[in-house]
Formats: sequence, structure tokens, C-alpha cells
Amino acid sequence: MAVMERKFIEERMESINIKGKKKKHLKCESESLAGCVSQRACVYCGARVVLNPITDAVHLVHGPIGCASYTWDIRGSLSSGSELYRNSFSTDLKENDVIFGGEKKLSRAIDELVLKYHPQLIFVYSTCIVGVIGDDIEAVCKAAARKHNIEIYPVQSSGFIGNKAAGYKAACEAVLKLIKPGVHLPEKKNKCINYLGDFNLAGEAWIITHYFKQIGIDVNVTFTGDASFTKLKKAIEASLNIVQCAGSMFYLAQEIEKKYNIPYLNVSFLGLEDTAQSLRKVAAYFNDPDLMERTENLIKNEIEKYGPQIAGYREKLTGKKAAVYVGGGFKAISLIKQFRELGIDVVMVGTQTGRKEEYAEIEDLVDDGTVVLDDANPAELEEFMLLKGAHLLVGGVKERPLAYKLGVAFIDHNHDRKHPLSGFVGALNFAKEVYSTVCSPVWQYVHGEGLLHEK
Amino acid sequence: MKNKVVNLRNVSQNPCSMCMPLGGIIPFKGLEQSMVILHGSQGCSTYMRRFMAEHFNEPIDVGSSALNEKGTVYGGEENLKKGLDNILKVYNPKLIGILTTCLAETIGEDIDRISLEYLQEREMEDFPLVTVPTPAYSDSHTEGYFLAVKRIITRLAQKSEKNEKVNIIIPNISPADIREIKRILEGMEIAYTLLPDFSETMDAPFTNNFGKLPNGGTKLGDIRNMPGAKATIELGITVEDHLSPGKYLENSFGVPLYRLPLPIGLENTDKFILTLKTISGKEVPEMFRKERGRLQDCMIDSHKYNAQGIAVVFGEPELVYAVTKTCLENGIKPKVLATGSKNFKSGQLFGEESSNLKVLTETDFVHIRQVCKEMDVNLAIGNSEGKYLTEKEGIPLVRIGFPIHDRVGGQRILSVGYQGTIMFLDRITNTLLEYKLSNYRSSMYQKYFQGIDVK
Ligand code: SF4
Repeated sequence: MAVMERKFIEERMESINIKGKKKKHLKCESESLAGCVSQRACVYCGARVVLNPITDAVHLVHGPIGCASYTWDIRGSLSSGSELYRNSFSTDLKENDVIFGGEKKLSRAIDELVLKYHPQLIFVYSTCIVGVIGDDIEAVCKAAARKHNIEIYPVQSSGFIGNKAAGYKAACEAVLKLIKPGVHLPEKKNKCINYLGDFNLAGEAWIITHYFKQIGIDVNVTFTGDASFTKLKKAIEASLNIVQCAGSMFYLAQEIEKKYNIPYLNVSFLGLEDTAQSLRKVAAYFNDPDLMERTENLIKNEIEKYGPQIAGYREKLTGKKAAVYVGGGFKAISLIKQFRELGIDVVMVGTQTGRKEEYAEIEDLVDDGTVVLDDANPAELEEFMLLKGAHLLVGGVKERPLAYKLGVAFIDHNHDRKHPLSGFVGALNFAKEVYSTVCSPVWQYVHGEGLLHEK
Repeated sequence: MKNKVVNLRNVSQNPCSMCMPLGGIIPFKGLEQSMVILHGSQGCSTYMRRFMAEHFNEPIDVGSSALNEKGTVYGGEENLKKGLDNILKVYNPKLIGILTTCLAETIGEDIDRISLEYLQEREMEDFPLVTVPTPAYSDSHTEGYFLAVKRIITRLAQKSEKNEKVNIIIPNISPADIREIKRILEGMEIAYTLLPDFSETMDAPFTNNFGKLPNGGTKLGDIRNMPGAKATIELGITVEDHLSPGKYLENSFGVPLYRLPLPIGLENTDKFILTLKTISGKEVPEMFRKERGRLQDCMIDSHKYNAQGIAVVFGEPELVYAVTKTCLENGIKPKVLATGSKNFKSGQLFGEESSNLKVLTETDFVHIRQVCKEMDVNLAIGNSEGKYLTEKEGIPLVRIGFPIHDRVGGQRILSVGYQGTIMFLDRITNTLLEYKLSNYRSSMYQKYFQGIDVK
């Protein structure tokens, strides 16, 4: 392909695939290339995404100020209780701390925060330089926890040790320590589930919890949307875990199964179809005819309520082409299916940190000719969006201006969003948002010549 | 200085500044066909890109040497060189800036040596690589910005023939502000080299052929000739001498230096225009006299409303100074001045007035909030982070500066010159009015209504 030779870096070719007859294994789960302008975030970012929604915790960043500045209250996770998590605390390390070490400052910072906010739980995130200057944050956290008689967990999230996925894992490790019970394992409650991988963006976890309540299943605790110290402490009373955002929560689900014998099911509440299937799957697990019936009723009612409106949008959107570039593979897969529900073809799909299995599934799902790529950069996104004639890009904040400069519609699908995209109502919101951007009148005025150009 | 609150805190609670490399990126975005790479972990550049993209609503491409664990232990030289290779290949820039993150600084990377070696190895000795050491733990983004401007000049400027141009050095203001300053210069018929000029690059018009490196920016040839200019006007009275680009041009090439405040407010704009007149010997055109008269008219129209304002002004020192002056001119009482930078010599800047001001340096928003409460502040002027003061204390916010991430159009906010000041002042007055009009009925009722039956 001539286009590709022109601007692209050879080593990147292994991470780009155009679906065709020949099967090729996409290179993924590897380090970003230097100078490639990767769109990937770091370990700290991954860890913070997962833990930040725990509302009554103090989230303390140990490092120079920047990391804390860029993550102050930027997520749309909602709380029904404490608002403490919306603060950005940092030890704001300075030159002297770098030379003499930041351990003392860290323990003084913890003292100050405990005195002021009385938290039961603190997460201390280590950022890039902490390991290099030799701070032993494990020891500091342990000592401080003993001193204040609260729980303090270090999160090893130095940027250079990996990418966002490594941060997910570091966060899950901290959560595992947090939910560890005392000597006695508590009784399991029947029809009581934990919901993993929903960060309650714009109340999404509340929507799903309400569905379960209506059919007679209790959601014990959500990891980690609107979670709190006390709720998390009861996590292992559940009899089943359901896992949505596999990228960040798969590991946690596996560990909980191993340690506490709570099985898990994969679910997805993105799109009408997936939401209905997931509810059925969970209901079927408990093997109770009444429960199944209630579930079918709920699905029927909800689809009657939202289906026709979505169908209306489908009519207007059929035949449009979408490009998808998101954080994880799970989300990419859900989006391909959801676009299908709207009659839209996905012509390019990529992720920052998708796993091998997820790429295999993506390859199966998409049509021939679709470009699949891992850890893409702006140059590649531009090239393939134009090449494939995408009308729409799904991505995060960094990708938005690129889409707009290319005159392409855009959907924000990240943790900043302020309206729910989960569940039946979320499917309608999604359709509405796609319609509002793809079919906006502005495109008529930016494409083509316009009055000024008329002779 | 008796009013200066010395900062001995151990923990930053909701930061009022960003880290040094972010400030260093901005000037490179104002050079013709230039790119930047951060030497450090991948995440830093992603965070900064995201932060800047929200403010400017433009694609912000910044490379990273993507240091990994190995690079951190054994040195990241290879990563950086490879990063440079890839950037040259994909972007084909005329200049590359190399900034460091706190990680690269802590492990002691010598970017000067590496870049020299790189240019020799690739046999491209003439290519301008501009290195800027920006350790996040030593200074804030403000200092990073000026250091980058200075290093750009240091690298490019050559002894050149005397010319008629005036060098204009600007701080971190909006692209719309830069355009207004250029309009004033052009209106005065002054030939100039303005650095850094991100008025086009960071606020690019929509076109149907998007380029990877946006059009516009200061021409490298013009920077080379800055030493031949008639004079330098540096809009930066808060800039320390060792960071001052104008000082450098004065000391090394004898270019006379005029350090002026940002032209916001009547007096500050007068100073700018008068200095242009002095340097060029040209008359002030009627157009500007009219604009000035309109500003005076605006000041009279609004003075009684403005008299009700008790303001906190926060953000970068240069902006804080100019905005505070404008408040004082208009009878708004600026009670609290706050900056995340440590360099703000308020006593020197405000003379007698300074005893009425509470000045916070290296501060954070939890602290600002507390002081605002003590001082009965009813108006906040600064960047989007001030939304915290609105949410927590109900103090309305007039948005100006960087970053603006919770509203569109950060790149289009105009506040300099007579015209810009009019718009800025109207925004302030209308904010005060809106606040008053939406509260006075209930507040008067509460204060004065005694009820029908007085018991
Ligand atoms: S690691 Fe250092 S350079 Fe990077 S964002 Fe954090 S403070 Fe800034």
C-alpha cells in the first residue's frame, strides 16, 4: 500500500491489519514506540481510573505536582455519599525532596489529611520518580496506618513500569487487600451480586443496579462506581460477580474467584441487545423461574419504551461509517455491536491496550476491509479515517479535535462523559448522540465550496 | 513582605498550577512547522496533550521517548534518539524541541549531550534541536514556558544586521489575545517578530485540507534575526531575569529591552501603545484613540456595579498582575491574589496598594477557598479550576487564562488591548449583575421583611 509507506513507521506495521482473507496476528500488548505520539495513558492513569470512584477515600499522589493537576476531578463518576474523592491531593515533591527523599513529607502529608478529613481509607499513588529516589512507600503507608488506625494502601503506579493496563492491575491489587476478610469468611447471600467494571459515570451503575432490584437481585457493591469503604468491606458476601469492563476488572474477578470462591460472568450493558442478554444471563444463573419471568417482563417493557425511538434514529443513520479508537478491547467490541444496532458499519477499529483475545474477537466481528490497529497515533488515525471515508469517530478528549479538524463527527466515549450510555436508556442516549453529531447541519456548511467560492 | 504567606505545607490540595514541561510545550506550538518530544514516560505527554487539547480545541501532537524500566535503569538515550527519528519521519518538522519530565531529570539524562551526538550521528548538524530541561519538581508551568522561549532564542539567534523590527515576547495568553496584539502592531505600522506566535497554530481556521503541522507560527528566520531588532518588548514584568528572553537579547546582543505588563486595563494598554510610539516614532492612529475612548465610556457605565466586587484573582503571575491592575482601575477590590508559581513579587509590583492584598504563592485551591471565605470574596477571576470556588462557595467565576476546560472557546477569549479590556470588563460586570439580580429579591426579603404581625 503506497499510502502506508509514505508516512508510517515500519515497526508499526505489525500493529495494523486490514481484515481480509489472510489471517494475521496483530501485535499488541507491547510497549509504545518512542516518538510515535501514542495516545496511551500511563500506569498511574490506569490505577486512578479504577480506584478514583471510591468516594470516601483520600487519593494522595506522591510525586511532583503535574500528575495531580492533570487528574483533578476530571471524571464523571457520581457519588451518593462522600465527595472526598473529587479532591486532588499531592505531596508536590520539590527539588529538596528529590535529593533527600520524600518519605518524611509523605507521612506528614498523611498526618495532615487524616487530621482534616478523618478518612478510613487512603490510597497513595507512586508516580514516576518515587521509585527512583528510593522512597519506600510501603513502609510509610504501613507505619501511618498503624499510627492512625486506618487503612492505607500504596499503589505502585510509576509511569515507566508499563502502560495503563499495568495500572489496572496495581489498582486491583490494592482492592484485593482492601476486601480481604478477617479470620472468618462471611456467609454468602443468595441472589446478591457484585458488579465489576462500572465507574458510575453519569449514574450508569445506578441504572443497572435499579434493573437488578426490579427483578429481585441485590447489587452488593459496584467496583468501583459509588463504592465506599464500608460497602467494599462486605464485597465477599456476594454469591456472584458480574464483570463489565474486562480490561480493568478481569484480573480482579479471577482473583476473587480463586480466593473466595465467588464465580463470575462476563456481561455488557452497552446497547439494547447486550443489555437484554446480560440480564438474562444473570437471571439464568440463579435458576429461578419467577426471576426469569420478571427479567423477561423488564426487558419487554424497556424495549417497548426505547426500541421505537432507537429504530427512528436507525433509519436516519443506516449506511454511515464509523471509526472507533478507545482504551480497551471490551469497549471496542461493544461499540461494534452497538453501531450494528444502528445500521452503522465500523470501518476502522483500534484500542490503546486491547488484549490478544479481544483483537481476535474484533477480527471475527468486523467486515472485510476494516482496519484494525493497536496503540495508534494521530497520523494513522487520520490516514485510515480518510481512506475508509468514516463519518464518525469514537474516542476520548485527545481524539476529538482531530476528528473535528477533519470535518468528521465525534462521540466522546470515555470517563469524562456526563450522560449515561449504559442500559436501555443509555442505548437511546447513544443513538441520540450519534444522530446529533452525524446528522448535524454544520457539516453542510463546512464541506464543499459555500457561497464565498461561487463565481 | 508582611502579607506574603510563607508556604510550608506538606500536601497540595487541589493544585493551582501545572508542571514545568507543560509550560515548555506551548512556545514550541507557536513556531513555524515545529514538533516537541518529551523525554520521559509516555503518560506525561498524553496527560499534557489531553489538558491542552481541551483548552485549545486543537489536536496537540507531542512525542514521547516512552521510557520504560530498562531505559530508567540504564539511561534512555536510545529511546530519545529513536523518538527523534520517528518524529522526523512522520512530521518532517523544521525544528524539534526536547523537554524533560521529572523522571528523565531524576535519573540524570543529559539531553544536551544526547542531542549533539544525535545530530552528528545523523549528519544533520544544522538541524535545530532545542533542549529545555524542565524538571517538574523545580518550577511550575509558567517558568517552563519562559525557559522554553529563552532556549529557543538562545539556540537560533545569531548576530545579525540592524533592522527595523521590534521583538515582542508574550506570555501564555489566548490565541485571540495574540491576534489582537498583532492587530495593534499592524495598526501602528510596526514591523515585528512576535514570539511565540500560536495565534494561528492553536486556533486554526477550518480548511478542507488538514495538515499534520498546522500553518502559522513564528518564522525561524525571524527568530535568527531577533538580535538585529530595534528593541524588545517583553510582556512579562513578573518574569525573573534568569528566565527572561528579553534580558538575554539585551545582555548578549545589546537589544534595548522594555518590560511591560500585559496590556489588559487602560493604563497597561496605554503603556504598550506609548512604548510602541517611543520606539517607532509613529503616531497613534485615530482608530486606537476611539477604542480607548470607548473603554473609558465602558468604565464609567460600569463603575457602580463594579464597586460591589471583592475579587480573588488567580493563575499565572503575569495575568494575575494585569487583571489585578484592571480591577483596581475600576473600583473592584482585589482582595486575594493567588498563584501556583513561587515567583510573584507583589510588594514590588503594587507598592502601597500591596498592604491591602492577600497574596498566596505556591498555593492550592483548598487554601484559596479558605482565604476567600475570610475575606468575603464575591467574584473569582481566573482559569477553569476556579469552578471549585463556585461549587463550594457559590463565588461566580469569570474565565480567563489557562486552562479553560469546562467551557468551549478558551482559545477565543479576548482580553487584551482597549477592545479586549472592554470585553473583559463587560464579562466581569455582567457576572456581578447576574449574581445580584438573581439574589436580591430573596436577600432583601430575608433582611427587611418583618412579617405582617410583628409580635
Ligand atoms: S511524572 Fe512529572 S513530568 Fe510527568 S506529569 Fe507527573 S509531574 Fe509532570
